[in-house]
Amino acid sequence: MIKEFPKEKSLEIYRLLRLGRRFEEKSIELGDQGEIPGSIHAGIGMEAIGLGISLALQKGDITRRTHRGHAAMIAEGADIKYMFAELFGRVTGTNKGKGGSMHIAGISGVLGSNCHMAAGVALAFKIRNEKRVAVGYFGDGAANQGPVHEAMNMAAIWSLPVVFVCENNLYAVSTSVKYSSLLENLSQRAKAYGFKGITVDGMDVVSVYKAAKELLEAARSGKGPSLLECKSYRFCCHSAGTSRLNLHYRSDEEVEKWKERCPIKLWSDKLINEKTCTADDLKIIDEKVEKEIEDAVDFARNSKFPDIEDAFKDMYATPYAGIPQKGWG
Amino acid sequence: MRNIRYLKAVSDAVLQEMEKDNSIFYMGEDVRCGLRGISRGFMEKFGPDRVINTPISESGFVGIATGAAMEGMRPILEFEINEFVFFAFDELIDQAQKYHYMSGGKYKVPVTYLVPLMLGSMAGQHSDYPYAHTVHAGMKTILPSTPYDAKGLIISAIRDNDPVMVFLPTRVLAGKGDVPEGQYSIPFGQGDIKREGDDITVVATGHMVIDALNAAKILEQEGISLEIYDPRTLLPLDIDLLVKSVNKTGRAVIFDDSNRTCGFAAEIAAIISDKCFESLKAPVKRVTRADCIVPFSPLLEKQILPKDTHLIDIVNELIK
Repeated sequence: MIKEFPKEKSLEIYRLLRLGRRFEEKSIELGDQGEIPGSIHAGIGMEAIGLGISLALQKGDITRRTHRGHAAMIAEGADIKYMFAELFGRVTGTNKGKGGSMHIAGISGVLGSNCHMAAGVALAFKIRNEKRVAVGYFGDGAANQGPVHEAMNMAAIWSLPVVFVCENNLYAVSTSVKYSSLLENLSQRAKAYGFKGITVDGMDVVSVYKAAKELLEAARSGKGPSLLECKSYRFCCHSAGTSRLNLHYRSDEEVEKWKERCPIKLWSDKLINEKTCTADDLKIIDEKVEKEIEDAVDFARNSKFPDIEDAFKDMYATPYAGIPQKGWG
Repeated sequence: MRNIRYLKAVSDAVLQEMEKDNSIFYMGEDVRCGLRGISRGFMEKFGPDRVINTPISESGFVGIATGAAMEGMRPILEFEINEFVFFAFDELIDQAQKYHYMSGGKYKVPVTYLVPLMLGSMAGQHSDYPYAHTVHAGMKTILPSTPYDAKGLIISAIRDNDPVMVFLPTRVLAGKGDVPEGQYSIPFGQGDIKREGDDITVVATGHMVIDALNAAKILEQEGISLEIYDPRTLLPLDIDLLVKSVNKTGRAVIFDDSNRTCGFAAEIAAIISDKCFESLKAPVKRVTRADCIVPFSPLLEKQILPKDTHLIDIVNELIK
């Protein structure tokens, strides 16, 4: 057993991994059935990253997740009732039905911008002299966006308390990271900004947690930003819609090989092998997770849609008469 | 009341708000030395935590300001020149402008962007005026033409809980006017009649107000009386005052120094045709910048940019 994670905590980690996985699987299923509109960008297979990071966070720390961040959000304690309600476009949703999957709970669905946002949050912490840390998630695809470079450089020169977390799942839609970068590890880029970069096994909760803990503590104690690259793999398609396109950009063998290192499987094997719990204990958790998923979907399904006039609300935080203008009438 | 330059009025507005509110910081390229004059002396007064020089990273610092604003700060950003706004367009339009709505009202992004509008022999990549772009995207956008308007509107912009684009025409920066010493705010969405008249409403934006006033003096000698309506804030726009003026005069010319097609003048013309149709005695006309890249040579530049003589010609045409 890992000393930081006694039995109860270990089982809770399992529950959250499972809940994150099932949330996304269920969302895709309901999307395919036409009940959830739009597209879901799932991170099935990548759950250990958000969970490992969440274990290292302290109260008051803020994360800026990506469009593939449902499981990370759940790991941080979000209530899936309101998440499903958002995906269903209901008024009870996290964003009152204005954001959907890609902007759930106010995250940015534009690649790389969460690095800015996190650096900005960290700047606020630093100006106010608060001992808090921001985490900015991005992927291997976003790594090549100019704004990511700008954010990292400014975070470095101002020594901002921010940890940039690269969820490297090896493909930007279909483009391999081996094509888009010559580097073995994207964390090598940290050296160019003058801060620390680490690459860890993103399928292993403990590896992510340990690295995140070290980097968050450094940021908190005034040592500035860092880059944590978590090597991982997306078992599902880029987005729910692309599954229908039947794109061939990776071999079935490759996918199967990575599935053997499924983070939930690694964690549950570990718990059973180390006799922290039995397979039956985990089965009980699985059943509870299923119940929670079903209840949350029911909550979403039975929630009200927003009023049609809500379409024009919240466009401005300081409202003025006459704006926004309607498109007709 | 003091008779001060426009630039000083801008600087006073920012300084007085910064003295009052610790959550405001001032950020941009070369702001510590006060390159453009607005932040001269700020560094000595507020220190490096609140007066932040950035590398040349427009997209980056606009994004960082958004993140800080969502975490309770009220950043004021200074752009070096107008065109650099394009570097940050995603950060402005797709991020800062959208978080409040997309999050169902959870996040506020109170950022003020100060954008000087360069003019005169600056050529292709330093002369575009992107205010129609930001209005089109639904972003609050203001274009003060006088020192008094600048101070009152910028104070409103800083206190506003949304991102606000403030465009500062270089041609008016050195102009003087009477400005109260203390703080005052002018609410957005209140246009101003800069000159009352009977024959034609001239909708003049930013520095075109100066040219419109010049034209009015000349035309007065010919017995033609111009009413000059300055919207001051482009979004929100004071439609009521515009309609009232055009209904009175029955004729309208929009005088705007941004591109013609899909431009700000086109929107004003559409509003007038929709709301003043019954009272119009003549077609609504536009005097705008040409749909052309601004050339360097002063001779060529004159062919592209609108000025008072063009307005006078159009007015004479309409009155005949």
